[in-house]
Amino acid sequence: MSYTEATVQLLSPQGSLVESDATAPYLPLIAGLDESRLLDFHRQMVVIRRFDIEAGNLQRQGQLALWIPSLGQEAAQVGSGYAARSQDHIFPAYREHVVGRIRGLDPMRIIEMLRGLSHGGWVPEETGNFHLFTLVIGSQALHATGYAMGMRFDGVVGTGDPEVDAATLVYFGDGATSQGDVNEAFVFAASYQTPQVFFLQNNHWAISVPVERQSRTPLYLRPAGFGIPSVQIDGNDVLASYATTRAGLDAARAGEGPRFIEALTYRMGAHTTSDDPTKYREDEETRFWSERDPITRYEAYLRGKGVGDDFFREVAVEAEDLAADARRRTLALTDPPTSKVFAHVYTDAHPLVAEEAAWYSAFEAGYEEAGS
Amino acid sequence: MTERMMPMAKAINEGLRAAMTADPSVLLMGEDIGTLGGVFRVTEGLKAEFGENRVLDTPLAESGIVGTAIGLAMRGYRPVCEIQFDGFIFPGFDQITSQLAKLTYRHEGSQAFPVVIRVPYGGHIGAVEHHQESPEAYFAHTAGLRVVSPATPNDGYWMIQQAIASNDPVLFFEPKSRYWQKGEVADDGVPTPLHQSRVVRTGTQVTLVGHGAMVAQLLQAAEVAAGEGTSVEVIDLRSLSPIDFAPILASVQKTGHLVVAQEAPGNVSVGSEIAATIAERAFFSLEAPVLRVSGFDTPFPPAKLEGAYLPDVDRILEAVDRSLAY
Ligand SMILES: Cc1ncc(C[n+]2csc(CCOP(=O)(O)OP(=O)(O)O)c2C)c(N)n1
Ligand SMILES: [Mg+2]
Repeated sequence: MSYTEATVQLLSPQGSLVESDATAPYLPLIAGLDESRLLDFHRQMVVIRRFDIEAGNLQRQGQLALWIPSLGQEAAQVGSGYAARSQDHIFPAYREHVVGRIRGLDPMRIIEMLRGLSHGGWVPEETGNFHLFTLVIGSQALHATGYAMGMRFDGVVGTGDPEVDAATLVYFGDGATSQGDVNEAFVFAASYQTPQVFFLQNNHWAISVPVERQSRTPLYLRPAGFGIPSVQIDGNDVLASYATTRAGLDAARAGEGPRFIEALTYRMGAHTTSDDPTKYREDEETRFWSERDPITRYEAYLRGKGVGDDFFREVAVEAEDLAADARRRTLALTDPPTSKVFAHVYTDAHPLVAEEAAWYSAFEAGYEEAGS
Repeated sequence: MTERMMPMAKAINEGLRAAMTADPSVLLMGEDIGTLGGVFRVTEGLKAEFGENRVLDTPLAESGIVGTAIGLAMRGYRPVCEIQFDGFIFPGFDQITSQLAKLTYRHEGSQAFPVVIRVPYGGHIGAVEHHQESPEAYFAHTAGLRVVSPATPNDGYWMIQQAIASNDPVLFFEPKSRYWQKGEVADDGVPTPLHQSRVVRTGTQVTLVGHGAMVAQLLQAAEVAAGEGTSVEVIDLRSLSPIDFAPILASVQKTGHLVVAQEAPGNVSVGSEIAATIAERAFFSLEAPVLRVSGFDTPFPPAKLEGAYLPDVDRILEAVDRSLAY
């Protein structure tokens, strides 16, 4: 579909390694991975897919206001997520549930957010530097760039010490590439040579608008105009996602400036549970992409390497457990106290908010008295 | 206490220098603020003194400036952004109102966003379109932001340091028509808290309230009124979010007459908020409705017409007379 000659693919749709000039720089990064990490790739993809389906069901049953599925994009997310080192900072959009999970975020925090209990509220220091979701399309690109500018000013770039050198990794979609903020982020990143990887998941749709409306040029060609090296990858190939992100982050941490990755993938589900994709896209397209399913392909690769049924059964059980656990915990969720409306609007005391909070609390108490 | 005479532009420059010296996490960013020292020279000499990693001549993109300042704040910096002119803040509006203002709330208090946004604002300088506006109400309307405006060099010197020390985002509106008038700056002593308004002239018959460049006009009007036998109290608001109502209430309880003046358009403005709040809280003290004197609800006109658009001493006095005639 939108694959080009330039698309880097390490794993063919049949699940065998592709050896070519284009893949040569990346294959050693895969060869260097130990077996347990290779298994983690699969485990995370399968488990998050099951979780995602459960969360969608919970929304259908009225438990969540909204769910944002990541179905089909597991390889792009899992590969890139594992490429980051612990000191790196990750700035997601809103679909990167599994990246958060890899970094240590309890996916229940996402459920709570989409149930309407919080606006995120997790503490990035406690979630492997996985920052909050950002719903205003593209805004987070500038935050990641500013953060990376700070890393540069702090001298944690290009020291050669792998425990010190750091970078940021920012996720955004094909629709977001039209936003001013994303383009301004390219300008600032190139200008300040930030340690940063821009990770574009081109899932071919921005709600109902096809990527062709966002760009007449393949998106990976745009960064060249900003002076940012870029690569286009098969985003349904978890190994390509891992290796290219790893190479990009390594270069960024070494002080070589920002890198850009366009991962070609596909949003197999609806944009969100509020969306109806039958109104705007053809089954044929969905079929094309389902034949390139990231999990099927990777499972074939692992089986080719001799990974046996036991592992796949074990992963299936883990996925069921997580889904059951998510359901159980969702049903046990309670609403926050109304005082949360007023909490943390400011860091320091603020008379207007304090006054309104006090008034509302007295008002509520009055009703309780009247009712009792 | 040592006092020196200097204009507000210089006083803010000195305040920035003091803040940068005291705290290495403070950095400045904006268009032309480094080598040139800013189009109003407020950051003059600071790049030479602190280096290009602390005084950033950024690319020309306001959303980029504010958005990257947010990232820098997450990293532990205290960025001070300069918006070159009032009318050019809007490309950064989304990052200010949807991100900066809400990020502490979204983080449930685990992260502070101590970003200051300096905005030279207001008219009286005969400039072309987009260079004379007063957009402060948009920001005062936005939860999560603090909004202040100094009227004197002394406040310029201290308030910028207080704004930088604040753990919340602060919009710092600098009345550019007052940049060059000299005033006394006290180098030591205890500054007035950032969010307190201040009685700058005492009187008994009418209360005048304003901020920024308007304060000088209110004082002039009070002087003229005194010549005509009317005793006027003048309050410098200093802070537009939060608004410190206590001195206004105390004054109105004494005078029974309140006139609020501002360069910004009157409709849904800071003046409207003061009028509404004083009507709620001091209804029985008022002997006349609260009156607003403001810029008109039109775009800022071409410069040759700014005299007709901007409130002046005559329009303030007309409102004083109207209030007293009730
Ligand atoms: C500034 C802004 N405009 C509009 C929206 C509404 N909206 C939410 S998601 C979306 C499409 C985003 O598409 P893309 O960037 O490709 O990301 P994807 O959802 O495909 O992951 C739109 C228009 C928004 N959230 N923010
Ligand atoms: Mg998309």
